[in-house]
Amino acid sequence: MPRSPRPKLAVWKFASCDGCQLSVLDLEDDLLALAGAVEIANFREASSAVVDGPYDLSLVEGSVTTEEDARRIREVRAESRILVTIGACATSGGIQALRNFADVKEFARVVYARPEYVRTLATSTAIREHVPVDLELRGCPVNKAQLLEVVSAYLGDRSPNLPTESVCASCKRRGTVCVMVARGTPCLGPVTQSGCGALCPAYDRGCYGCFGPAETPNLPSMVRRLDELGVDAAARVRLFRTFNAGDPLFREAANASAPPAEAR
Amino acid sequence: MSGPEVGSRHELERGAFPAFLASLERHGYSVVGPTVRDQAIVYGEIHRVEDLPIGWTDRPGAGSYRIERRADAALFGYNVGPHSWKRYLYPAHERLWTAERDASSFTVRPEPTDGPALALLGVRACELAAIQVQDRVFLGGAPDPGYRARRQRLLRIAVQCGQAAATCFCVSMGTGPGVAPAAADLALTELIRPERHYFLVEVGTPEGARVLEGVPLRPAAVETERAAEALVAATASSMGRTMDTSGIRDLLVLQPEHPRWEVVARRCLSCTNCTLACPTCFCSTTEEVPTLSGERVERWRRWDSCFTLGFTELHSGSARRSTASRYRQWLTHKLATWHDQFGSSGCVGCGRCITWCPVGIDLTEEVAAIRATGPPATPEAPR
Ligand code: SF4
Ligand code: SF4
Ligand code: SF4
Repeated sequence: MPRSPRPKLAVWKFASCDGCQLSVLDLEDDLLALAGAVEIANFREASSAVVDGPYDLSLVEGSVTTEEDARRIREVRAESRILVTIGACATSGGIQALRNFADVKEFARVVYARPEYVRTLATSTAIREHVPVDLELRGCPVNKAQLLEVVSAYLGDRSPNLPTESVCASCKRRGTVCVMVARGTPCLGPVTQSGCGALCPAYDRGCYGCFGPAETPNLPSMVRRLDELGVDAAARVRLFRTFNAGDPLFREAANASAPPAEAR
Repeated sequence: MSGPEVGSRHELERGAFPAFLASLERHGYSVVGPTVRDQAIVYGEIHRVEDLPIGWTDRPGAGSYRIERRADAALFGYNVGPHSWKRYLYPAHERLWTAERDASSFTVRPEPTDGPALALLGVRACELAAIQVQDRVFLGGAPDPGYRARRQRLLRIAVQCGQAAATCFCVSMGTGPGVAPAAADLALTELIRPERHYFLVEVGTPEGARVLEGVPLRPAAVETERAAEALVAATASSMGRTMDTSGIRDLLVLQPEHPRWEVVARRCLSCTNCTLACPTCFCSTTEEVPTLSGERVERWRRWDSCFTLGFTELHSGSARRSTASRYRQWLTHKLATWHDQFGSSGCVGCGRCITWCPVGIDLTEEVAAIRATGPPATPEAPR
């Protein structure tokens, strides 16, 4: 595809914590290169100066939690040539998808003094459930280097290099001692997509699954192993229902009754 | 002063071990060896004898690993941990070259291959064999420049195993526990008596002799040599696992449809841990990392695994979509077609893949299951 010399980039926010947009600002030196390579036409977190669409590349953060969101994302789609969703909120509904398993009215009543002012949908959903998405960049938050890779691939008219293997691959390359094997700490690394560089195991924690399911996750085997490590059904729900609670595979793993021990 | 003769045997007191380490540094080596970190015995920089896992041992099992205190103060009283030496010869990430655009064209600069000379301290017999396996991979045919450079400046100080772990099966694979003469630059055997803690030191190469210059040694007594032999023999007879390798090539190659592949696939997470923990697995992928302006690009190599989809990504998608096909590829290559390709098994019997598999899949168990129910293996020796 031929491109304009300086493609127009837009960054959009839906229901989210802004952490992924901050990852863009956090690119430091690379941010200057980015500003040189693309025209940052609409990025309210960074600047109130806005250039009208259409945009060549839109990065969308956040999930859809209101009627207004659902309308606005269709507008964004309409004025974006390429639409990339960034972060767990945009790709699976985020931590706020916990509402999908509960009564959102009840939440609103507990949290807000005047719940009648809160107009919200009963669910928090991924952007792709509302409009076609060209690429999903996972993570809570996204990885800066991967974000840069997406823009760089767009500029170079090539497909981005975004491995979909498990977190364990990064963990082993890093030389981290496996917390599950050496300590019995429950870790979602084997079923979670890499991208974070296996951060948590390097700090003595099991993986929280921020990047969502890996390419071919064997969740029944993972659930069985967690069960052996003493993770009961209630604890397993808490383990799988975090930033990617709304992901269909993680949802299923959270709900699964422990599978029977596999015959060897 | 010159060092001792190649082939000669000496005694080194535990008290003189710091002098030995100092001598390695004096001869220009950075020492890497076993050290306790994150509740495991890993490989890391060794500056002082206290950096070694003094008085620690390891308890690897299938999908589990713990370290424990020993009753004595052994320096090398464990078997193998999560790390293998391959990361020092074949790093997990390595920049291969950088290309830069200039006025009319571009220039490619290969990555320099200089670096520190490393002394690997505490190499086990299976690990020496693993280095030999990777030598055949990286130095046979078109040698890998980085590997070759690092390998040429490498000093291997072996330590014979005074115990076998529950996951060890080097005897089955013919790689240990004894270190063959000249297989390493130096081979140590740690001997601990109530009244004396000392080492038998066997000199394997001229470089091994050179680094002993100035280290206080005594000629080895016959009893010391006997004690070392007895120790290794006791280790050999206490292997935690075994694998029947007779006719193993055909056993695996001829059974692509064996139902066991589906059974193991129900457990396998295709997480890649086994391959990345294995000291012989050598597969990598390369990636280009360009700057946003496209003025400069770096080519990196990183460890890859036959358990990823991307490993067999072709124009029509991944060639091995099922976990069964990926596990089968791994085990069959490792134990069978490796013979065709490199003239040896790809497995040295260290047991790491058993230990570091989060669900404890055990290749010795898988081979036994295939053997138990498959057609009889052909009688000839492995090819
Ligand atoms: S610590 Fe977690 S991510 Fe790392 S290898 Fe173990 S299971 Fe995988
Ligand atoms: S296949 Fe397993 S036992 Fe064999 S060398 Fe590799 S890690 Fe060790
Ligand atoms: S055999 Fe174990 S370590 Fe290897 S890919 Fe399967 S689950 Fe992971």
